[in-house]
Amino acid sequence: MSFPVPTIASVLGLVVTTLLTGCVGATQPEGSTDSSVVLYSGREKALIQPLIDIFTEQTGIRVDVRYAGTSELAAQLLEEGGRTPAGVFLSQDAGALGALSGQGLFAPLPDSITSLVDSNFSSFDGSWVGVTGRARVLVYDSEALQPEDLPMTAEQLADPVWAGRLAMAPGNASFQSFVTAYRVLKGEEAAEAWVAAISENSPEIFEKNGAILEAVNDGTHPLGLINHYYWYRLAAERGASNLRAQLHFTQQGDPASILNVTGAGVLAAHSEDQDAFDLVAFLVSDTAQQYFVDVTYEYPLVPGIAAPQGLPTLAELAVANFDLSDLRSLAKTQALLQKYGLIL
Amino acid sequence: MSTTPPAVPLTLSGAHPAIRDKMPRPSRPPVWLVIGAVLVIIAVSVPLVYLGVRVSDLSLEAVWTIVQRPRVVALVLNTIGLASSVTLTTVVLGTAIAALLTRLRLPARRALLLASALPLAVPSYLASYGWLVVIPSLSGFFPSYLLLSAVTIPYVILPVAAALRGTSADGEAIARTLGLGPIAAFRSVTWPQVRPAAIAGGLLVFLYTLSDFGLVAMLRYQTLTWGVQQAYSASFDRSQAAVLAMLLVVIAVVVVSAERTARGQVNTTQATHLPLEDARIPLRLAALALIGAPVILGVVIPLVGLGVRLAQAETLRALDYPGLLAATGSTIGVAVAAAGVALLFALPLAALAARYSSRFVGVLESLGYLSNALPGIVVGLSLVFFSLAVVPSLYQTVIMLVFAYAVLFMPKALGTARSSIEAVSPELVGVARTLGATAFGAWWRVTVPLALPGLGIGALLVAITTMKELPATLLLSPIGFDTLATELWSKTVASEFGAAAPYAAVLVLVAAIPAMILSGVRSVAKEEM
Repeated sequence: MSFPVPTIASVLGLVVTTLLTGCVGATQPEGSTDSSVVLYSGREKALIQPLIDIFTEQTGIRVDVRYAGTSELAAQLLEEGGRTPAGVFLSQDAGALGALSGQGLFAPLPDSITSLVDSNFSSFDGSWVGVTGRARVLVYDSEALQPEDLPMTAEQLADPVWAGRLAMAPGNASFQSFVTAYRVLKGEEAAEAWVAAISENSPEIFEKNGAILEAVNDGTHPLGLINHYYWYRLAAERGASNLRAQLHFTQQGDPASILNVTGAGVLAAHSEDQDAFDLVAFLVSDTAQQYFVDVTYEYPLVPGIAAPQGLPTLAELAVANFDLSDLRSLAKTQALLQKYGLIL
Repeated sequence: MSTTPPAVPLTLSGAHPAIRDKMPRPSRPPVWLVIGAVLVIIAVSVPLVYLGVRVSDLSLEAVWTIVQRPRVVALVLNTIGLASSVTLTTVVLGTAIAALLTRLRLPARRALLLASALPLAVPSYLASYGWLVVIPSLSGFFPSYLLLSAVTIPYVILPVAAALRGTSADGEAIARTLGLGPIAAFRSVTWPQVRPAAIAGGLLVFLYTLSDFGLVAMLRYQTLTWGVQQAYSASFDRSQAAVLAMLLVVIAVVVVSAERTARGQVNTTQATHLPLEDARIPLRLAALALIGAPVILGVVIPLVGLGVRLAQAETLRALDYPGLLAATGSTIGVAVAAAGVALLFALPLAALAARYSSRFVGVLESLGYLSNALPGIVVGLSLVFFSLAVVPSLYQTVIMLVFAYAVLFMPKALGTARSSIEAVSPELVGVARTLGATAFGAWWRVTVPLALPGLGIGALLVAITTMKELPATLLLSPIGFDTLATELWSKTVASEFGAAAPYAAVLVLVAAIPAMILSGVRSVAKEEM
C-alpha cells in the first residue's frame, strides 16, 4: 500500500497558507486615531453585535469583538496584562471587573461617563461603569407551587420546608453578590446563620442560572434562584404561555431581590485610545440603554430610561450601599460559602 | 477452519518472536531523532511550564492549604473514580465489541463498524445536553459514567479492531481445537496481540475523562475540571486553578507510567484471510445489543433530544448559509492543519519510543501525554502566556491556534503512531540501510510509509477532536474566525436552540466523516514485496 506522502504534505501546506494569509494581522497595535478598537465581550454575540453595528454606523469606528465567557475573558485579560489587544472589556458581572481593576488593568473613566450612572451600580473609583442591571429573583414551577406558598424573604428561603427542593448556582457571581448583600444588610452573624441553614437544606447545586431555569421549567425542581432576564429570554424562545416556570420577587428591600450589574471599562494598555472611551460612552448612551431594555429586558442604569414593563422598579429592589466589585468583600462571601460546602 | 498458510515465509516482520528477539536492537538512537523528540516535548510542555509559573506565585503552605481542603480531596477522588471506571468499562467492552465486529458473522457488519465509530463525532457537551432534554433530572456519577463511556469507547474499539484485522485467528483456532472455550482462547491467544492497542486506547479514554469539562458540568458531577472552572469564574484565582490543574497532571503521570509497563510488546503475525465465526441467533442478538449500546447512548438519544429542542424553538429563523458555510470551512481547515502538525509532532517521539527503550526515552514519551490531561481553558491560557511572552506577533493568529490544537491533541496520535512504527520490521529498515539509504532516508522511505495507516488513525483522531474543541478556540482564534463549535456555543448561551441546531448537525456530520474512515483502517500496511 503506498501513500502519496508528498501530496498530502503539499495539500496541508496549502491549507495552512490559505488560512494564514487570510488571518494574520487580526490583532492591531494600539493607536489613538486608527478608528478601530478591540472589544472583549463576556456577553453573547446575538445580543451585542447589533448594538455594535449601530455604534460603528454612528461613529465610523470599527469594532473587532472577541466573544467568550466573562470569567474566561477575565482570566485571559489578567494573563495578557499590558500586552492586551483589547481596548474595552464588557463584563457579565461586577466581580470580573473588580478582579481586573484590582490588578490596575483599567484606565480611569472621565466624569462625563461615570456621572451618568448611580455609583451604587458602578465602580466606586471610576475604573468601570455599570451598563445594565439584572434582578435576583425566585423562579418556581407553577404546576407544583402557588404564588402564596412562596417565600417572601431570604430567611423564609432557608426554611426546612424547602429542604432538597431549592436549586441554586452558588459558584455564580450573581448568587455570590446576593450573599454579599445579605452580609451588608443583615450583618455577618445573621449571614452565617442563613448560609448554614441553606446548606443544612442540601440545595441542588447547579453550574449556571440557565440550567436552573430549565430544570424548574421541566418540573424536576420546584424552586430556584436565578436572574430575571433568563426567564424573559426563554419566553422569547419558547413562548411565555408555554413556560411552567414563573418568576417571583421577594418583598421590597429583601436581599434575595438584589440588583446585579453588567459593566464595561477601558484597558489601561489602551488609555490613549479615544475610540475605546467612545465605545464605553456609547454603552451608557440613551440609544444603547433603550436597546438593552427592549431586547434583553434588563434594567437601564441611566436615569430617564424606563425599566421593562411588568418588573418592579429599581427603587423597589434592594440596594445595598456597597461596591459590587469589591473582591475583598467577595472573598469573605466565598469563604463563608466554602465553610458550609456550597462552593469549592 | 482456516486454511491460511503460515505467514513466516512471506514477510520478514512475521518472523517468530523468538527469532526476532535475537536480532540486534540498535542501542543508541540517532541524534536527529533525539533532537526532534526533545523539541516536540519542549513544545507540548508549554502548559506544564505555565502551571509551574502560576503555582509558584503561591507559597508552599498556600498550595498545601488548597490541596488538603476536604472539597479538593473529594474532587480528586471523584475524578479518579470516574476516570478509572470509564476506562475499565471501555477497555473491556470496547475490546469485546471490536472482537465481535471482526470475528463474528453479523448482518451488515461493515455498517455496524461504521456506526460504532460515530460516538466520536458527538461532542460530549452536546451528548449530555441532548440527554438532559430527554431526562431533565439526570445528574451525578452514574449518568456521567455511562455517557462518558459511550462517547469514548471508540478510542478502544477502533484501534483494537484495526489490530485484530492485522492479526491471524489461526492461533485461536488451534487453541479451540485443543479444548479451550472461545473466551479462554481469545484471552490466551488474541488478547496478548491486541493488548497494546487496547491499553493505549484506554489511556486516551482516561486522559479524555480527566480533561472533560462540558459533560460533567452539564450532568453536575463535580470533578477537578469543575474545580478549575470554579477557580476562574468565582474567585478569578489563576493560581488556585493552576494547583487543581497540577493535580490532574499528577494523576496523569501515574497513569501514563502504569500504561508503559502494562502494555507490553506487540507480537504481530500477518493474516492474509480472516475466517468469520458463525454463532447461534441468541448470541448474535446479544452481540448486536452490545455493539449498539454505545451508539444508542452516545449518538441516537442525544440527537433525539436536540431534535425535540429544535421542534420547541420559536426562534427558528432563516438559516445564515454563508455563516454556516464559513464556519464549516474554518473548522475543516484548522482540523486538517492540526492533524498534520500533531502528527509531525508525534513522529519523532513515536519513532524513538518504538525502537529504543532507555529510561530517557520513557520519560520523554510520558511527558508527551500530559498536556492531554488538562482542560482546554488551561492549555488556552498557557498559550496566551507563552505566545505574548515569546512570539507576540503570532498571538491570536491561526498559526498559534493550530499550535494549541497540536499541543492539546498530539497525544491522541502518539500511541497509534508508536505501535504502528513498532510493527514495521527493523529488518526491512536494515535492508534499506545496506542498500545505501541514510538512517533518515530509510526511516522516511520505509518506516513511515509502512506505518502510515496507523499514523493516519492518530491524525484522524486529532482532526475529530479539533473540530469539537471549544475553550482554547474561544481564547486563541483570530477575531471573527468562527468554527462550528464556537458558533454552536454562542447560539446556545443565547438560548437560541433553533439557531444552534444547524451548527450542531453540521458539526456532527463533518466529524463523522473522519470517524467513519477510522472504522476501516488497518493498523499496519501490508508489506508488499
